[in-house]
Amino acid sequence: MSLQVQNLTKFYGQQKAVDDISFTVSEGEIVGFLGPNGAGKSTTMKIATNYLPPSSGTIKIGNYDVANQPLEARRITGYLPEHNPLYLDMYVHEYLTFSSRIAGLNTTKSRARVGEMIEVCGLALEQNKKIESLSKGYRQRVGLAQALVHDPQVLILDEPTSGLDPNQLAEIRKLIRNVSRNKTVIFSTHIMQEVQALCDRVVVINRGKLVANDTVPNLLKSQSGSTALIIEFEGGVSLDELKSITGVLNVEEAGNFKFRITGAPGIDLRPEIFRFAADRHLSLLGLKQEEGSLEGIFRELTAAV
Amino acid sequence: MIQVFIKEFNSFLNSLIAYVVIGVFLTTMGLLMWVFPETSVIDYGYADLDTLFSMGPYVFVFLIPAITMKSLAEEKKLGTLELLLTKPITDVEIIAGKFLASFALVVLALLPTLIYYYSIYQLGNPVGNVDAPGAIGSFLGLALLGACFCSVGIFASSITTNQIISFILGAFLCFLMYTGFESLSTLLSEGGQALWLKQFGILYHYESISKGLIDSRDLLYFFSVIGVMITLTKTILGSRQWQP
Repeated sequence: MSLQVQNLTKFYGQQKAVDDISFTVSEGEIVGFLGPNGAGKSTTMKIATNYLPPSSGTIKIGNYDVANQPLEARRITGYLPEHNPLYLDMYVHEYLTFSSRIAGLNTTKSRARVGEMIEVCGLALEQNKKIESLSKGYRQRVGLAQALVHDPQVLILDEPTSGLDPNQLAEIRKLIRNVSRNKTVIFSTHIMQEVQALCDRVVVINRGKLVANDTVPNLLKSQSGSTALIIEFEGGVSLDELKSITGVLNVEEAGNFKFRITGAPGIDLRPEIFRFAADRHLSLLGLKQEEGSLEGIFRELTAAV
Repeated sequence: MIQVFIKEFNSFLNSLIAYVVIGVFLTTMGLLMWVFPETSVIDYGYADLDTLFSMGPYVFVFLIPAITMKSLAEEKKLGTLELLLTKPITDVEIIAGKFLASFALVVLALLPTLIYYYSIYQLGNPVGNVDAPGAIGSFLGLALLGACFCSVGIFASSITTNQIISFILGAFLCFLMYTGFESLSTLLSEGGQALWLKQFGILYHYESISKGLIDSRDLLYFFSVIGVMITLTKTILGSRQWQP
């Protein structure tokens, strides 16, 4: 089952929340949905679950048009809304049973799936507690278990890791990776490490417009055409000398005998630098390739226009 | 629908709501029926259940909106409504499940008052000298009135996220539906129009059914009120889908 977004536009009154975006999440893929707050991520997800209607355009889950065949589409979709709403006065086990039954599972199947989910999501000790007495991390697990209990093929997770501490973050991330085998997953976040850790592909939107749709390595490469090196010498070298090295485009001084060198695209400067230092008997203290970070890319792509 | 019903009904039973509702209703009715001299059957002299059937609706006016006030308002506030509405069930199933759960609680509160009927039956002179058809019609009427109030209360709950507003609005609408039309009709002097206006109110049909004559017109009225209220609630829930 794939998820296809085609020319989706959504107006809230006069305000355009989503502006003509199209992308596809193919079967078995995990896609990170990025964007600054208010970019239209949650709106897109609400339209994908038919909570809200699109102003124009369509979202298809598998072969079902979400707006026209909502019940069929919802049956194969698991959804974790933003802020993870839960019935706080219900018991974990009771809540999961309710979620599975309402999704159309019969008693035997529901019992089996609830048991499985409690195990997979690590809720065995908490299953007979009220949800209101659980910590945030466990509530998040319950939310995930609820989205997964009817074994949906498509998972839509709206900020599944917001507000968790680093340990819980790692656990929830591991959980998402475990449960998402053979499933189509789209999740929104603004934590970049998460995208690197989980996603096959990233879709970035800004102010309702699609600004990137690519794999993580490709995005890292495309950030800037040229590569940069940070080098540090013990002493006795000048800016002009460095500029004379073949392939060097620009040199900036970044401290005491510390330089940031930008090379021409596609050329690895590191051997040249070594030769340069060896020829002049200079002591090279440091040589580091500057990596394009996803944070940088995110800022670059979503900078205010 | 059944799943929503079970969940809602369990939440009444798992919280104090069910016990408080049943306890308060039975205490109030018990005091009015058997203890307070002004309304007590024992001092009245006639073996009938008039007190129960004339005071019951007024207790329901306050009690039923209290049962239904959280049904949709709280879900809206907590965001769980979004979760529920994106499950593979229709909006009507959600509303119907919640309506039936509230109604089931009302019936549960009403059931013990059958003992009052037995007591009156024994108090009659000779024993058993009661208006049985009247009592049956009145019990049915009170249950249908409860059902109407439930649908009104759920409607009131759907238009706000604030439970207090939901309760006050629900109680007001129930009161208006019950006696409002009757009182308004007294403003009109002309007989025909007054009767016409009267027939919009629950009281007219409740009194009619209480006589023991279960008329299809009265039943139709009660079911119409419930139908209209559920449709209105569905429209409110569906308004998220409206396009500018």
